[in-house]
Amino acid sequence: MSRIKKNSVIPGFGLTMGLAMTYLCLLVLIPLSFLFVKTATLGWREIGQIISSPRVIASLRLTFLTSLIAAAINAIFGLLVAWVLVRYEVFGKRFIDALVDLPFALPTAVAGISLTAIYSKNGWMGSLLEPLGIKVAFTPLGITVALTFIGLPFVVRTVQPVLQDLAAEVEEASACLGATRWQTFWKVVFPCLQPAVLTGFTLAFARALGEYGSVVFISGNMPMRTEIAPLLIIAKLEQFDFAGAATLAAMMLVASFVLLLLINIIQWKTAQRFSEQ
Amino acid sequence: MKRGSAVSVFVAMFVGVMLGQVALAQAEFLNASYDPTRELYQEFNQAFGAYWKEKTGVQLTLRQSHGGSGSQARAVIGGLEADVVTLALAYDIDAIVEKAKLLPENWQTLLPDNSSPYVSTVVFLVRKGNPKGIKDWDDLVKPGIEVITPNPKTSGGARWNYLAAWGHASEKFGGDKEKITDFMKALFKNVPVLDSAARGATTTFVQRGIGDVFLAWENEALLALREIGVEKVELVIPSVSILAEPSVAIVTENAKKHGTTEIAEAYLRFLYSETGQDIAARHYYRPRLQSVADKYKEQFPDIKMFTIDQTFGGWKKAQQEHFSDGGTFDQIYQPGS
Repeated sequence: MSRIKKNSVIPGFGLTMGLAMTYLCLLVLIPLSFLFVKTATLGWREIGQIISSPRVIASLRLTFLTSLIAAAINAIFGLLVAWVLVRYEVFGKRFIDALVDLPFALPTAVAGISLTAIYSKNGWMGSLLEPLGIKVAFTPLGITVALTFIGLPFVVRTVQPVLQDLAAEVEEASACLGATRWQTFWKVVFPCLQPAVLTGFTLAFARALGEYGSVVFISGNMPMRTEIAPLLIIAKLEQFDFAGAATLAAMMLVASFVLLLLINIIQWKTAQRFSEQ
Repeated sequence: MKRGSAVSVFVAMFVGVMLGQVALAQAEFLNASYDPTRELYQEFNQAFGAYWKEKTGVQLTLRQSHGGSGSQARAVIGGLEADVVTLALAYDIDAIVEKAKLLPENWQTLLPDNSSPYVSTVVFLVRKGNPKGIKDWDDLVKPGIEVITPNPKTSGGARWNYLAAWGHASEKFGGDKEKITDFMKALFKNVPVLDSAARGATTTFVQRGIGDVFLAWENEALLALREIGVEKVELVIPSVSILAEPSVAIVTENAKKHGTTEIAEAYLRFLYSETGQDIAARHYYRPRLQSVADKYKEQFPDIKMFTIDQTFGGWKKAQQEHFSDGGTFDQIYQPGS
């Protein structure tokens, strides 16, 4: 505690810390802890039964896998978009910049329906892809597309300010010292951006895990094949099985928390290494 | 000084909001219903408002709330203070009884006709000209036919579809469980997409052009015919189907609290009146009243219907047997089957 205190020259640690904690408790901790309270109304055997059912396992695997892939795609292409937006003066840059945030503003159901319309067999893209044997709508690929869409802004928006602060002179200096272009990117630019990319990746991943609205339209919801975990939670709610739904939700929370914690640890580690250098 | 005035403004706003809430609570009458009844109750509320004003001189503020039937029931359980509920299936109202004890267990016997003033049934929508020649339930299990129906686990309407198919199979195979299950398996093998709700399934069939036949409630099918036109789809009436009974009930405890019991009773009774029945029929629900049914004879062709009580022993039993976890629907999709 004293260490945190020392770091800031502005007084008011007690007040700000207290407010922050109350805020987090009211909005996150208390509502989420009720999930565990509700789950606890079931016995271990019932919880085990819910968790080990093949459909639950299949849906969890699908949810985590598609979310990971979508976040990875966003990490790569988000970086690219941020790069273009910061480093080049292109025509309509402001327009593109505003476009990036749209997936946040759009109701997810609208996104889901539009994507399905485009990628189903009589849609624009679907009618071109399907003859090639690529089915997008109502397959895991479709789910990934939807999740990539809703996660797009995260990486762009986390990388953009960092890239803006990174002076172009650094790249020039690197080139003057004889680095190849690849070396400049990989050894100079990327290490600076990596924490931001990782943060964006984490946010996109976390967002994708809980996504329901857009996915249910494009996934087709076939049991064992394209059923995401949030859909199973809704199915349990429809049976008024509140405890069962809470169990699934709690399970997803724990799994997500562990994964997010791991990513954060990686981030701290790299940040430390970076500052030591 | 500045800070003080800001606080007083805030306090004044807060008090204002609270007073507004109290004032509203006294005049408000809320009907929590499900999605496809929005237009029906818009018209009905107007008619009932006029009727009530003429009878008692009191101007009512009738409000309506719509959503998935199950999620509306959950909202009432969670504290949505609806005076009456008008939902898609009795099971959802049973859940309110069981989880929140807001109305008596025998609610279904308190109003005529199983507490469901208007009914519907499950019919087929096919592509114009019926290119696959779909006439009846047995055509749905043929190889190469694509059937569109929402997921019965998440859609109340789809549960009626499922039970309609099951009821047909049960009749056909004389109740032989194994043969019925095989029939259902064959049927769902032909379902390429399980939308989470009825409206999504309609979009899949109509806009995406997926599927040869769409299982729908008759009122939704007739509405779809009107909205998207007879040049694209047509109606097929199967030889037998289920009598879909959307249930209505007074949420006794809420009505008592609001002092609206009398209004709630009159409101639901008015659904059974000639005016109420006529409004329901105009929104494509089958009326119970014979005089109104005669008037709309052409809209609603005769069809042999079985009820959930006769064939399945009521909703509670049907839900438990077919749609709970591990029920017959889940068994269809069990790995290795």
